[in-house]
Parts: sequence; C-alpha cells; structure tokens
Amino acid sequence: MKLKHQRKRFKDYEGLLYISPFIIGFLVFQLYPFIASIVYSFTNFTMIKKPSFIGIENYIYMFTKDREFWGSLVVTFKYVLMAVPMKLIFALFIAMLLNMKLKSINFFRTVYYLPSILGGSVAVAVMWRFLFMQDGVVNKFLGIFSIPPIGWLGNPDISLYTIGLLAVWQFGSSMVLFLAGLKQIPENLYEASAIDGASKIKQFFVITLPMITPILLFNMVMQTIGAFQEFTGAFVITNGGPMKSTYLYGMMLYNNAFVNFKMGYASAQSWILFIIIIIVTIILLKSSKRWAYYEDGGDF
Amino acid sequence: MAVITKNQKNSLTKVIVFMFLALLGIVMIYPLLWLLSSSFKENEEIFKSLSLIPEKFVWDSYSEGWKGVGQFGYSTFFANTFKLVVPVTVFTVISATIVGYGFARFSFPLKKFFFAVMMAGLMLPNSVIIIPRYLLFNKFGWLNSYLPFIVPALFATNAFFIFMMVQFFRGIPRELDEAATIDGCNSFQILTRILLPLCKPAIFSAMLFQFIWAWSDFFTPLIYINSVKKYPLSLKRMLFFHFIFSDYSIELKIFI
Repeated sequence: MKLKHQRKRFKDYEGLLYISPFIIGFLVFQLYPFIASIVYSFTNFTMIKKPSFIGIENYIYMFTKDREFWGSLVVTFKYVLMAVPMKLIFALFIAMLLNMKLKSINFFRTVYYLPSILGGSVAVAVMWRFLFMQDGVVNKFLGIFSIPPIGWLGNPDISLYTIGLLAVWQFGSSMVLFLAGLKQIPENLYEASAIDGASKIKQFFVITLPMITPILLFNMVMQTIGAFQEFTGAFVITNGGPMKSTYLYGMMLYNNAFVNFKMGYASAQSWILFIIIIIVTIILLKSSKRWAYYEDGGDF
Repeated sequence: MAVITKNQKNSLTKVIVFMFLALLGIVMIYPLLWLLSSSFKENEEIFKSLSLIPEKFVWDSYSEGWKGVGQFGYSTFFANTFKLVVPVTVFTVISATIVGYGFARFSFPLKKFFFAVMMAGLMLPNSVIIIPRYLLFNKFGWLNSYLPFIVPALFATNAFFIFMMVQFFRGIPRELDEAATIDGCNSFQILTRILLPLCKPAIFSAMLFQFIWAWSDFFTPLIYINSVKKYPLSLKRMLFFHFIFSDYSIELKIFI
C-alpha cells in the first residue's frame, strides 16, 4: 500500500523531470530578459547615457503623439490578414496534391520545398527585389503578354502585396507539416466513406479537414505570430517605403532600437506588439475548441 | 461510344494534377534558377533577358567569390556555419522532444501554468528580450563565441519545436503507451522505443527547420558575433552586399 503510494507520487513528478530543461532555460533565457525589458520600457535608456526612470511616459507618447506607431500598426495588420490566409490555403492545397500517389512525386516535393529552404534570409529578399524591380524579370515577363510594367515596389498600393507574396512563396514549412498530418490520416476512413458514396469534395470537408485541424491550428498560430514580427523582407526589399506603405512594426522597432538607439522606447513598443500577439493568439486558441479535433479527445 | 471507366477517369485526374504541379513548380523554382544562371551571366545581361541560359558564360564569379574579401576565405565561413548550425540543430531537437513528451503524456503540478508560459514564450517578440539577453551573455563572457546559440538550444528555449512535438505526440493514441507499460517499459523506454519511431516525420521536419533557420539566421549572429573570423555565411553575405554591390554577378553567386 505504501509502495503504491510512493509510486504514485513519483508518477506525479515524472513529467516535471522531462520538462526540467525547459524550466531552466525559461528562467535564465526568457524570464530574466523579459523582466529586464519591462524595466527598460519605463526608462529613457539609450545605450549611451545611464537610464533614468520616467514612468509610463514612453507609452503615453506612443499612443498620443507617435503617428509612425499608428501607421505601422495599420500596415502590420493589413500584412498579417493578407499573408497568413494566403500562405495557409496555398500550403494546404499543394500538400494535398503532393500527397497523391503520382510518378516522381518526391521530385515535386523537393521543388516545392526548395524556396523555403532558403528561409527568411537576406539572399532571398535581395533576389526578390531584383525580380520585382521596375525593369526586373517579372515585368519583362508580363511585357511578353503586352501588360504594362507594374510598380511592384514603387506603388504604395501594391508594395505590401509584393512582400506578402514572398511570404507565400516560402510556404514550405507549413506545407511539410500539412503533408505530415495528411499522412497520419488512416486510409480506411477514405475507403469507408467511399463505400458510403461520399464525393471527393465531401471527403475533404468531412475527413481531411477535421483530421488535420491540430496541424492547421499550429500553422495558423505560428504563421500569425511570425507575420506580426516580419522584418527581413520589408527591410531589404523596400526599406519600409514607398511612403511607409511597407513600414511594418518590426521595422519600426529596429529603427528605434538600433538606428535611433532609443532602447527604452523600443522596449515599450515591443511590449505593445507582444500584447497584441497574445490577444490574437488567445482568440485563435479559444476559437479552436469549436473546430479543432484531437485523437486523444482534447483533454490535456 | 466510349465508356470512361473509373480507372481511366482516375488516371486522367492524375495526368491533370501532374501537369498542374509541373507548371506551378516551374513558377516556384524560376526565381532560384534565375539566381543561379545570373551568377554565370555578364552584368549587363542579367536584367536584359528572361532566358536562363547565359549568352556568354562567366565563370570567374565563383572563384572570385570563394576567395572572399580580406584575409578570410570562404572555407572559413563554411566551417564557422557548421560549427554553429550542427550543435544547435542536434541539441534543439533532443531537448524539444524530451520536453514535448513531458507535456504531451504526463500530468504534474503546475502543468497548465508551464504550458501557458511556453506558449507565451512562443509569442514573445524577439526584440523584447534581445537587449537584456545581450547584456546577460556579455556578463557571462560568451559574446563573440557560439555559446549564445548553443546553450539556449540545449535548454529547449525554442518553444516552436516543443509545441510542434507536443502536437505530434498528441496525435499518437495513448493505448500504445499503455500496452508498452504492461509489457514492462518505463516512461523513457516508451519515448525511445514506441513514440520516437512513430514520430520520425515530425523529428525530421524539426531538424530540417532548425537547420535552415540557424543557417540563414542573420539578425542574431549580427548581434552576438563581432569578429569577421567567426562570421557565419549569413553575415558574410551582408559584407559582400556592402563591398561589391556594383558587381551583380558576384553578389548573386554569393547569395546562393
């Protein structure tokens, strides 16, 4: 009886043992910097002079006087609402095609994944700029069909989409996860539903989509968080312009922290971004209770 | 009258899908091929034509690029990149798998709290913690080494991979664990013998992601590494960007 009791107690703490690396890493590399950053956000820390405490002045300035802040907030929301759904739909669509049993399917998988291997690197962003320049390759191609050149980067109405397109082009990481999820769906579900006379479209909505909702949720959360923080694309391709049409939040942060060296103010701004991301993610996770399906019944 | 059998219809679909994939694939891959072919073109030709085959091949860009700028050749930067990327990838995947297993399969005190904390860490913009982290590593004397990359990897600081592993573990029926327990496996054996073989796809994806991200990461090395001798490739590229901006073909090559 006593032994059983002790065993039970060990079982209670076994999980803690497994997550202990995370706990240590969290305390040292996340919690400490996190708290330090709050403190900085209430100071006028500039890297050069000693920081002094100024209360919530940074925040007041941000919300009432800083036009740049509101402008980039609007741009960032536009970017997220455009790039994330486009990327996810495209990734799922391609993953389903690549999940078919076709000849040389592995070759296609490689081809479609290749753009993403290069990641959000400087290289790809520079390439994108060359491709979409006024006299770049894309406009040359359109010229063949006598379409007049489009100001992909120069037109403030279009430039944000050009940067979003780069994100969509690098859909590989979501696609790979979708593909892995699709492979886990038992074949017999499709066989059973086919016998019951379900069409392919019906199968997609009744079997495929519900079965991959955990992966969909994961991709959606990750891509949204990533999109809010997008930096390299906007920085290298358009440098925020033209007319601040691509001046994403991440760029504003970078400029304030590492160009203007207003570390205290940048910390405050990064805090606002963090809060926005938290709210959006909570909405996604809460809503997922209605649409995500788990093999383990959802209890966690 | 020709009757289309189900089999024929099936293979027709396959042909259509195949052609669609091929077409779209060309669109996807064209920019990369363009980049590659541009590295062989003369500067004037790069923006003149859509063709992927250069009119006149220029081979110098590669040998010139390889020599690098200043005293360090490209081989140094390749070696640096691997010294950075390989440990980071290996440690991240190991630590994320263990922690993910802990979250997915056990109940323990404060579990919900820790999970929420992890998810919050996922949402934490890098810019929030980058300045204090820099000061911390400075205090440890780790700046200008690869420790600021490797040590956090060892302690599962990248919540993305933990969450990813948790989601995959949750997709595996618990009955398998129970069966293994009855057969006398302890919890670690369940992980290594039952779950790991089942989530190979997830682990390979995780490795691939971490490898790619560490390889192309530009911002973090820029902050932590300050001597050219220790630059990984991503920083090296930026050097070229500044130095030889006028010579497109060399630049484009270096970016590959």
